[in-house]
Order: sequence, then structure tokens, then C-alpha cells
Amino acid sequence: MSLLEMNHIRKSFDGVEVIKDISLSVEKGEILAIIGPSGSGKSTLLRCATMLETIGGGEIRYLGKRAAWMEDGKPVFPKKQELREIQSCFGLVFQNFNLFPHFSVMKNITDAPIKVQKRKKEEVYAEAKVLLEKMGLSDRADAYPYQLSGGQQQRVSIARALAMKPQMLFFDEPTSALDPELTGEILKVIKNLAAEHMTMVIVTHEMNFAKNVADKIIFMDKGVIAEQGTPKEVFSSGNARMKEFLGKLEND
Amino acid sequence: MSFEVMLRQLTVGFGQTCLIFFLTLIFSLPLGMVVYFGRVCRIKPVSWLVKIYISIMRGTPLMLQLLVWYFGPYYLWGMNIGGYKLTAILLGCSLNYAAYFAEIYRSGIESISKGQYEAAALLGYSKGQTFFKIVLPQVVKIVLPSVTNEVITLVKDTSLVYSLSYIEMFAVAKQIAASQTTVVPFFIAGVFYYIFNYAVAWGMELLEKKLDYYR
Repeated sequence: MSLLEMNHIRKSFDGVEVIKDISLSVEKGEILAIIGPSGSGKSTLLRCATMLETIGGGEIRYLGKRAAWMEDGKPVFPKKQELREIQSCFGLVFQNFNLFPHFSVMKNITDAPIKVQKRKKEEVYAEAKVLLEKMGLSDRADAYPYQLSGGQQQRVSIARALAMKPQMLFFDEPTSALDPELTGEILKVIKNLAAEHMTMVIVTHEMNFAKNVADKIIFMDKGVIAEQGTPKEVFSSGNARMKEFLGKLEND
Repeated sequence: MSFEVMLRQLTVGFGQTCLIFFLTLIFSLPLGMVVYFGRVCRIKPVSWLVKIYISIMRGTPLMLQLLVWYFGPYYLWGMNIGGYKLTAILLGCSLNYAAYFAEIYRSGIESISKGQYEAAALLGYSKGQTFFKIVLPQVVKIVLPSVTNEVITLVKDTSLVYSLSYIEMFAVAKQIAASQTTVVPFFIAGVFYYIFNYAVAWGMELLEKKLDYYR
């Protein structure tokens, strides 16, 4: 059974269709990178998958359970309890971090596991310490987000997502707000997660990174999947739009 | 009349000023939140009504509102308004200030980015948890300077209740000035107001500093 299944997803904003009948699936342990030009619908697709956006057609399933579907032309979500269970399957790392500015690093990471998942405080704190160590931030537990660099903030937000023990992680252009040096920090963290076989869906503009880390790449253009396959297949594809896109990148 | 007697009488009046001030704050600060929720309510008639209410509260003088709250029931229904004065004052001041606070809260709440709500949703926080744990603490910090402004204005606005012949510091000062033909009580009252507001500003600044631990 696939961890995530998106079938015939459609989405429009004010009559403009930004996602046109997209289907994809993610297996446990798989790393999927979604690439493509700005405005191709990558982020919207991710926001639909994480239920921040309602779908305009099709259905989404997590572990076979329906997470969003259509009834009488309207998007429907499951009942509260079931929805919660489904939502606990995944975490999301935002482009601009969205840390809670009034919480310390430690509280950003531990608050939801304690208050939402009702887990034991000591256990959560112990795990958070391990996570911070992994992120190389052991000494910043008491700092506030504004005191951290962008790269550090993004690592905290990854730790915050991981503290919920999700089965998969979504990344929405996790390095777009960072300079090249800080980008490297984040990519390293994601690579480490990949080595631990974390299931991940990554929307990114870092082509080399996508090529190296992903098991599967989807190239989106104008709301459709223009090309997909292993990194090797996609990067050597004869697809004209794909070639044009990569060519422009290389000329930079 | 000796200076000491004047001072004593004004101090008694000041007690009434404080009473009106604190009770109005206690009622209007939370009421402002209720008004805010009405203002952004999805049920259109509710939000329209609240909008009209805010518009009237801000668009007419507080003194006029006080007169209407006090004398209105008598003229309309012949109600006995004997022991009703303080109630009318608190009603008038609280409802007026709640309207201002509601708009201040609204500006604060609307300045919280969508990303905060999305991050909270992804982490499974309920709507209530998101509001009270994530949004409200940040809003408090944002609106504090505007609230300070209103609170200082309220200290001075308590003097308007003299129009209902309610005996607080300002009314006492006016009485003494008239009977003793002296301007001294006005000076003393002025000093009282000033010191009170200085203390308010100092307290609020302390609070702002306390919330300075994050940006």
C-alpha cells in the first residue's frame, strides 16, 4: 500500500486551473523531488497534499485511507478524529520556516507533542534534545527564533516537524529563503534524513540536490506532470520543456 | 478652606475616579474581544450590527453617550434612575472603550501571518489552542502601545462623568473652585491626573519590556 496516493487531482484559483489532473504515489522510504518553473503548480500540489488547500477534483489517500475527496462537486474531508489520525502521518517544512516567535527553540519543538499528542513531558524533552543534537543546535535550545540564522531556523523547523514522529515529511522549497552557504546546511540535514530512510516529498529548485538524493523526480509544467522517472531518466529526457528548463539553469 | 481640606476632598474624589477607571478597564478589555469576534463573525447580520455599533461609539461624543445611557431610560420608559448613575457610567464608558479596543485587537490579529496558522494546523493544534497559545500572545505584544494610548485617554475621560453630576475628582475640583473662587483645586486635580497617567505609562512600558524577549 502506498503511503501517499494522489489521484486525478485538480485545483483552480478564480477559474484558472493551476493543477490539471495530476496523479502520483509515494511509497514508504521513497524520496520524491518535484521540480519545475515557478507557477507550475508545485507548491499548490504540496499544499493540497498537506490539506492546507482544498482540492478541486480527484482524491488523496494516506495509507489507503481517504484524506480528501469530492462529493457533489465539493471537496470533503473525513470526520475530525479520522482527519487527525491522517494528519499525524505527515509533517511539513515551510519555505519561510513559520516558527513560533514567542516560543524558545525547545518549546517550538516540544509544545505540540506535549499539548496535541499528549505525550509525556520528560520523554518529549529527551527526544527533542536528541533531535537538536542531530541538527547541530544543542547549544541553542533556549534561544528564540529571531536570534538564529535562517539556516538554524530552518533546522529547528525540521526538528519541530520530526518531533511529531510523522511517517513522511514534505518540504516546500526549504532552501529558497536562504543563501548558498545556509542552503548547504539544510541539504545536508535532508541527506541525513534520507540515509535514515525517511519518506520525503521535496519541492525544490536545487537540481543537483534533487538528482543526488531523490529516488523519483517529477517535472511539473503548467499544472501537469511533463516528465517523471528516476533522476537519470528525467535529466536525460528528450522532453523539450524539460531541456529548456535545465538549459536555462545551466546558463546561470 | 485650607489646602489640606481641599486636598482631602480631592483625594476622596480621586477614589471615585479610580473606581470608574478600573471598572471600565476590567469590563471593556475583555468585551473588546467579544466585539472583535462579532466584527469578524461569518454570520453577516451579526458583523453588520457590530460594525454599526462600533461606528456609533466612535462617531459620537462619549459625553453624549453617557447622557443617553443615564437619562434615556427615564425619558423612554419613565424608569426611576435614582441609584442607577454609576451603572450608567460604567455601561457608557465600557461599551465605548470596548469598540476602540475591538478595532485595536483586530489590527493586531490581522497582522499575524497566515503561516503561523498553517504551521499550527500542521502540528495538529485545535482552533482554540491556535488562538490562545499561538496567536493571542503575539497579538498582546503588538497591540500594547495602542492599548496604552487608550488607557491614558480613559484616565482623562473619567472627568466626563461630571456631566451626570457624579462626584469624582473633577466634579469636586469644580465645586471647590466655584465656592472658594480659586484655581488651586484645578491645579491639584491636574497634578493627580498627570501622576496617575505617568504611573500608567510607566507600568505599560514595564510590560512592554517584559515582552521584549522575542521579536
